[in-house]
Amino acid sequence: MAIRRGRGVAAINYPTGMNLGGDPTQALVHSTPTGNFMVTLSSVDLGQGMKQIMAQICAETIGVPTDRVIIDTADTDTGPHCMGTFASRGTHRAGNAVIQAAKEARQVMLEVAAEELEVNASDLETDGQGNILVKGAPQKSISIFDVALSAHFKRGRSISGRGMFLIPRSYPEKETGAMKPSTCYAHACTVAEVEVDDETGEVTVLSVKNVFEIGRALNPKMVEQQLVGGSWMGISHALYETTEPYYPNRDHGGTDFNQYLMPGPGDLAETEIIVLERPSADGPFGAKGPGEMCANPQIPAVANAVFDAVGVRIDTLPITPERILRALKAQAAG
Amino acid sequence: MAKVPVQFTLNGSEKAEFIESGTTLLHALRDKIGDTSPKGGCHQGTCGACSVIIDGELRLSCLTLAETCDGADIRTTAGLAEGGVLHPLQRAFLDAFATQCGFCTPGMIMAAKALLDRTPNPSREEVVEALSGNICRCTGYEPIIQAVLTAARADSQNAA
Ligand code: FES
Ligand code: FES
Repeated sequence: MAIRRGRGVAAINYPTGMNLGGDPTQALVHSTPTGNFMVTLSSVDLGQGMKQIMAQICAETIGVPTDRVIIDTADTDTGPHCMGTFASRGTHRAGNAVIQAAKEARQVMLEVAAEELEVNASDLETDGQGNILVKGAPQKSISIFDVALSAHFKRGRSISGRGMFLIPRSYPEKETGAMKPSTCYAHACTVAEVEVDDETGEVTVLSVKNVFEIGRALNPKMVEQQLVGGSWMGISHALYETTEPYYPNRDHGGTDFNQYLMPGPGDLAETEIIVLERPSADGPFGAKGPGEMCANPQIPAVANAVFDAVGVRIDTLPITPERILRALKAQAAG
Repeated sequence: MAKVPVQFTLNGSEKAEFIESGTTLLHALRDKIGDTSPKGGCHQGTCGACSVIIDGELRLSCLTLAETCDGADIRTTAGLAEGGVLHPLQRAFLDAFATQCGFCTPGMIMAAKALLDRTPNPSREEVVEALSGNICRCTGYEPIIQAVLTAARADSQNAA
């Protein structure tokens, strides 16, 4: 009986979004009378930072500071339709929809500015600080505040835009079953080091070293936050969490936080995160989806590390002491 | 059921309420008094989201009967900022990206405050121990641990 060490590696491709019948998200953008921009969405921010990212995307597209953008995700009954915030799709789908809506709003904004400045809209540019300037003659300018006031009270124009991003449904090929459920894949690789006690079946994750390829990181600190939390959650999925420990038998499932287990602050593995940025072709400013995918590679990596340590393949999650001991017993029985 | 009077200090201001006997402090704070900073995660003492400080001690408000708090001094996250300036712990949580959905955050901050009040310069192990009654689904804990250590350092620099 001994503590045995093992090391496992795993790599994943992860689709950004999930297309089971067409995968759309809509966005609407309009300016307030004072030149702030409202983005209306039904996509939900549940802590992953959706609102911040959508504000950045809208601001960058229209050409205003991020704090001039207000994100409204209040109501899925009245907001423009979104398939939902899942499968790492929020940034990619909603972000593309916001770009389209913001472009249309920006065009109206430039047209109103052109009338005020008596130039062509195509001769105008934004300075990112809240002003619209004539290209090559920046002394001729107007603030977006004044443009919005003019649009509302003088010219009767609505500075607004509609955005819709849709990945159309892909049907499987009859012969091969091949299909294209997503257009954009993120990638990750994890090396996990574990210790397995072959007497108790207990696994301790010593370290996880993760590399994530997530397209362009639109907000690097928030990406890091997702990846650190996700890496912990991957270990949690691998070793602890389940509602149905004896699936398909539904008995003995956890009913509260005493029984539904997760690693606490005292059980953290040494964690390393490396981000590779390779902008995606169809993502908003090159982004892919890091949210859900970042909790995946740790699971097979830990399973492989357990195999390396004690020579048994556990193919049911979570990898509990009971499963390891049963497998060791079966192995000893030959 | 007969109502009972209860009087205590909440973040420095006097509160007096009539509550039904058996009401938890969590319920009284959130639904009677309107301080929604303590969160109800499990209502059975396993998640820590409802943590408050009563007479200097960290307590779970979901397991504390409001009527036992008569005359007590109760502190919640809602009372930490002074004059619009965030408490060093709040500032550190913000700067360290130690909050995502934010549901655990008030409990984490009160647990950390109870620690720092007693142990201004805690070791990492002491921080981990102090937070071990609090569950977080989102952050993986490391950013929270770092935030508490940073707040402790910031505090001791100010004191020096
Ligand atoms: S609500 Fe009190 S410990 Fe969870
Ligand atoms: S930030 Fe979501 S539970 Fe901790």
